[in-house]
Amino acid sequence: MKIGILAYQGGVFEHRYMVERACEELGYDCDIVLVTKVHHLKDVDAIILPGGESTTISKLAKRFGVLDELRKLAMNGIPTFGTCAGAILLAKHVIDRVTGKVLRNPVGIMDMDIVRNYYGRQRESFEVDLAIPILGNKPFRGVFIRAPAITRIGPHVTSLAMLNDVHVAVQQGPHLATTFHPELTNDTRFHKYFLKIVKH
Amino acid sequence: MLKKFWRTDLVDVGFDTIVNFFYRLAEVADVLKSEGLYFNYGPETLPDRIEIPLKGTLRVKYGFPIFQKGGVCMDVTNAEQASIAEDAGAVSVMVLDKLPYDVRRAGGVARMASVTKIKEVMDVVTIPVMAKVRIGHYMEALILQEIGVDMIDESEVLTPADEERHINKWMFKVPFVNGARDLGEALRRIYEGAAMIRTKGEAGTGNVAEAVKHLRSMYRDVMSLTMMPPEDRLKKAREWGVPPELVDLVARLKRLPVVNFAAGGIATPADAALMMWLGADGVFVGSGIFKSQDPPVRAEAIVLATSMWNDPESVVEAQSMISEEKSMMGIDIRKLKPEELLQVRGV
Repeated sequence: MKIGILAYQGGVFEHRYMVERACEELGYDCDIVLVTKVHHLKDVDAIILPGGESTTISKLAKRFGVLDELRKLAMNGIPTFGTCAGAILLAKHVIDRVTGKVLRNPVGIMDMDIVRNYYGRQRESFEVDLAIPILGNKPFRGVFIRAPAITRIGPHVTSLAMLNDVHVAVQQGPHLATTFHPELTNDTRFHKYFLKIVKH
Repeated sequence: MLKKFWRTDLVDVGFDTIVNFFYRLAEVADVLKSEGLYFNYGPETLPDRIEIPLKGTLRVKYGFPIFQKGGVCMDVTNAEQASIAEDAGAVSVMVLDKLPYDVRRAGGVARMASVTKIKEVMDVVTIPVMAKVRIGHYMEALILQEIGVDMIDESEVLTPADEERHINKWMFKVPFVNGARDLGEALRRIYEGAAMIRTKGEAGTGNVAEAVKHLRSMYRDVMSLTMMPPEDRLKKAREWGVPPELVDLVARLKRLPVVNFAAGGIATPADAALMMWLGADGVFVGSGIFKSQDPPVRAEAIVLATSMWNDPESVVEAQSMISEEKSMMGIDIRKLKPEELLQVRGV
């Protein structure tokens, strides 16, 4: 299968490393393309939106017309997986906690409200063990870096994990979003879960 | 298509392995410390299970710069400039009292920017805010950590407060970025706890020559390490004053174990793309943007060229957005007196 990773900026290679490892463990054949232009999206089976600065990524993606193409593909059922800034791009409504700014041009395919910089600034970044039932009993180490939080989900969105009173991992059909960074751990379970969705 | 001059993906062993390396490095010290034998210099060890969110761990300190990669951090002196930078697509802004070019012209002692100004910038932008402290100035760093700056730059652009020591960055919850001219300097800073390195270049000159020199020198040193027998690497480690394990790690990774940006003299989109080609993970632009006559356009063009450096079409597009007449004048580094060089501060 062909996995596209949006590659303007941010944790691109960390995701590539994890996808490669997950594919190896699952015995899948995978081809990874770094997506910066529309033609890179040809025939992809899945798209990963990595973490980074959502303002920068969406600005560049819009410039190259990739944002519209992404929306189209995702609407047609191509699985997408967004982490942190990627989750922000996937959410319908985006709000900044402090400034109240609303981000323009997110892909906006997942019916949820996401609050940028929910926990505050970098000194409030943290890691914690999360209970994610679909990944088994072993807790999953969540790495939250200037992370957003999902404060509301629509009826077609399932919450996969919560931390206190906000959602940190959600699924809507074939689309996944996490506000933490599974690519910064050595735990490939989340990537494997996504790749299994892609395979089906 | 241009191939990267220096293959620098931080992926060979994965992010997790690198973080664990630094915890391992401190493990022996931790055991000795528990027996009252040793003063700990390094990260605090993590518990196996984290039930309550744990802040300021190595993973979040080293993780922060990961999400700056491929982006541009811009020097700004006020909230208005910060907004221009954010709108142009900067991944972060660095707040200074004066741009390096003006620091050079003004002379005197250059210190941290005022707290009110930094707070003003933090209030208007949603992207990370960094600020500079003087080398060795623990209290300026503490102040920045308290007011919530996202990353601290212990910078040679400001007048050093301690001429012999750098800050022990393991003590802080906020990640630090440090300047370096060569591999030895970079590894010393990493050993002191820096979460990110940038080349020093020669700030405020609008001349990339020094930044190129420093990136090339790092590349040369890394490559020679990979060819060296272990005994010679040990010798190098002693010469540089860093643990041999750190030198071995660099030889294994064929790059620095942390994110490495280029800085010092970048003035045009082509400069930024050159830095990326030479193996930088991203760029800091200081005086280059707000000392030019077309800051908003130039900022946007540099962002484009940095992210898309390996797509010639985009680099041309970026470079066409600016005109050379509007670039900052620049200073010939050979015309600077030795005491005017900023890069020799804090080695």
